[in-house]
Amino acid sequence: MIKLKHITLSLILSAALIGGAFASGAPKPTAQKWSFDGIFGKFDRAALQRGFQVYKEVCSSCHSMDYLSYRNLSALGYSEKEIKAIAATTEVIDGPNDEGEMYTRKGRPYDRFKAPFPNANAARAANNGAFPPDLSVITKARLHGPDYLYALMTSYKETPPKGVKLAEGMFYNSAFGGGQIAMVPPLGEEAVEYTDGTKATTKQMAKDVTVFMSWAAEPEMEERKRLGIKVLLFLLVLTGLLYALKRKIWADLH
Amino acid sequence: MTSSSPRPPSSQGPIVRWIDERLPIFTFMEHELNDYPTPKNLNYWWNFGSLAGIVLVIMIATGIFLAMNYTAHVDMAFGSVERIMRDVNYGWLIRYVHMNGASMFFLVVYIHMFRGLYYGSYKGPRELLWWLGLIVLILMMATAFMGYVLPWGQMSFWGATVITNLFSAIPLVGDPIVTWLWGGFAVDNPTLQRFFSLHYLLPFVIVGVVVLHLVALHTHGSNNPLGIDRKSEKDSIPFHPYYTIKDMFGLGVFLIFFMGFVFFAPNFFGEPDNYIPANPLQTPAEIVPEWYLLPFYAILRSVPDIAIPGTSIVFMEAKLAGVIAMFGALLVPAALPWLDFSKVRSAQFRPIYKQLFWIFLADCILLGWVGAQKPEGMTLFLGRAATAYYFAHLLILMPLVAKFEKTRPLPESISDPVLKNEGGE
Repeated sequence: MIKLKHITLSLILSAALIGGAFASGAPKPTAQKWSFDGIFGKFDRAALQRGFQVYKEVCSSCHSMDYLSYRNLSALGYSEKEIKAIAATTEVIDGPNDEGEMYTRKGRPYDRFKAPFPNANAARAANNGAFPPDLSVITKARLHGPDYLYALMTSYKETPPKGVKLAEGMFYNSAFGGGQIAMVPPLGEEAVEYTDGTKATTKQMAKDVTVFMSWAAEPEMEERKRLGIKVLLFLLVLTGLLYALKRKIWADLH
Repeated sequence: MTSSSPRPPSSQGPIVRWIDERLPIFTFMEHELNDYPTPKNLNYWWNFGSLAGIVLVIMIATGIFLAMNYTAHVDMAFGSVERIMRDVNYGWLIRYVHMNGASMFFLVVYIHMFRGLYYGSYKGPRELLWWLGLIVLILMMATAFMGYVLPWGQMSFWGATVITNLFSAIPLVGDPIVTWLWGGFAVDNPTLQRFFSLHYLLPFVIVGVVVLHLVALHTHGSNNPLGIDRKSEKDSIPFHPYYTIKDMFGLGVFLIFFMGFVFFAPNFFGEPDNYIPANPLQTPAEIVPEWYLLPFYAILRSVPDIAIPGTSIVFMEAKLAGVIAMFGALLVPAALPWLDFSKVRSAQFRPIYKQLFWIFLADCILLGWVGAQKPEGMTLFLGRAATAYYFAHLLILMPLVAKFEKTRPLPESISDPVLKNEGGE
């Protein structure tokens, strides 16, 4: 019966492992090294700012990020003045004013990121019927989120492999489930000119924008891990003390 | 509520005594928490009952704060959850504790139940204690299912659609019942609002049933690893300080495990699809419930049409049969105290049952694995075999083993020194 017990326990383990790797049709992306991995993981501020630049200049022409506000950018290391300036580059519809009219004004730090389209239908109409998803929590909404996003940005192929016939207006991307994606290859070499002088290769931009998206999806991550270490250290000490106390109290029984 | 007569806490001051004479809460606490005689040989598997109670309190506490910031509306639910994650002070912490707490609650309760199965805790005089536990499990499932709908992600919406649609399998009145459950002709805003209301209500019903569970428990006291009744004072120790400290140590270990997930892998148990806002026009590639419902989901999907062999006459459609099997899987264990009529409780003295226990546990885990796969080919066959075995174990093997098993001799008493090394501790 010891054997049975062991078989059962190894079944539990394998069920947990296999069950976790539920496939969504997309091939499993290659694991990359990220500075935010691990229990001490942190976002690289320079990469965050470059990634935001990629989002602002490339992605944001089709993709919204509805759950982020300009004020959140302070976490990327921008000053209040810089954030005001970034927000002011957008036009926001506000109102109604005292006359009951809606009006446009410059964006302010408390405004949400301006969406490229007023509604989903407009987004579809402008994108050949495909809907560019909101990117606020995109790395949490995909299996192996950051690795997947990086793979997606870097796996476009000019010519599809033999036997694959692309539908009208579609592109071949080996990281995407089914291989055909409606998104135009977004990150051609030098698609942006980095303000910090970093060379904007496709891989560099893919990496930076992934860091930015990972932060956007989990802006609490650094604080969470920092607090987590404190909580676990506290619990380890407390549990050790409780164990010592338990042994002491039970000593007269054994 | 064993022999020793309730004694007022004499050591207390005049105010406590004044209150206690009029409302004996202090006597009650002294009696049920402090003196409460408990078998001296409980092992660490007995920690999981108190852990379940603590997780229930954590769930209610975090849930109340989440409800303060959540909006039950199809257009705003997803966004309000994101607002909790981003703008509410420590909202991310409260939500991640609540989310992972659900998984922890089921994990702890399942261990608690399998402990009961191994040591025969469901047997007389604890049959109603077992029933109350099963009722808690069913209420937990309903609560967890409705809670999972609230963030209004893709899995929320489609999970709600699949599960509520089960009721359409009921002959004649199925469809009207589903419409009634939805509050409309599809899962929509009325569904979300009533699920929120019920998700807030049911935990308090669970608390009520847990109180009854404790009353039933304290009537005869805990079972123990030997499965024999306590015979003398020597077999018992007071709950406090022995088991209070043991439970607190266990709580510490459990919290390390729990908080490890909360802080370092908060979405481990979740589906990425639930971070995509609900879209009634787009079905996800795979609709899977949370892990703790997977064995039952596997049973639901394993049952084929029930037909007369060799003909095409179908008695019962697969859907209805599956629903009956799934609810049956939850209800048949209620008959266990009578299906397993062996006088010996603990598997330690039941060589055959002990093996069957591990096979049954493996079967349940296999069902859980099958529940996460597409029901086709080998997986479908495995699911059917595991479902058949689940019921065969309870309905056929348990009575057979109770009748024919040659059990090992039971020790004289818990404190019988001859068997000291075979006890649970």
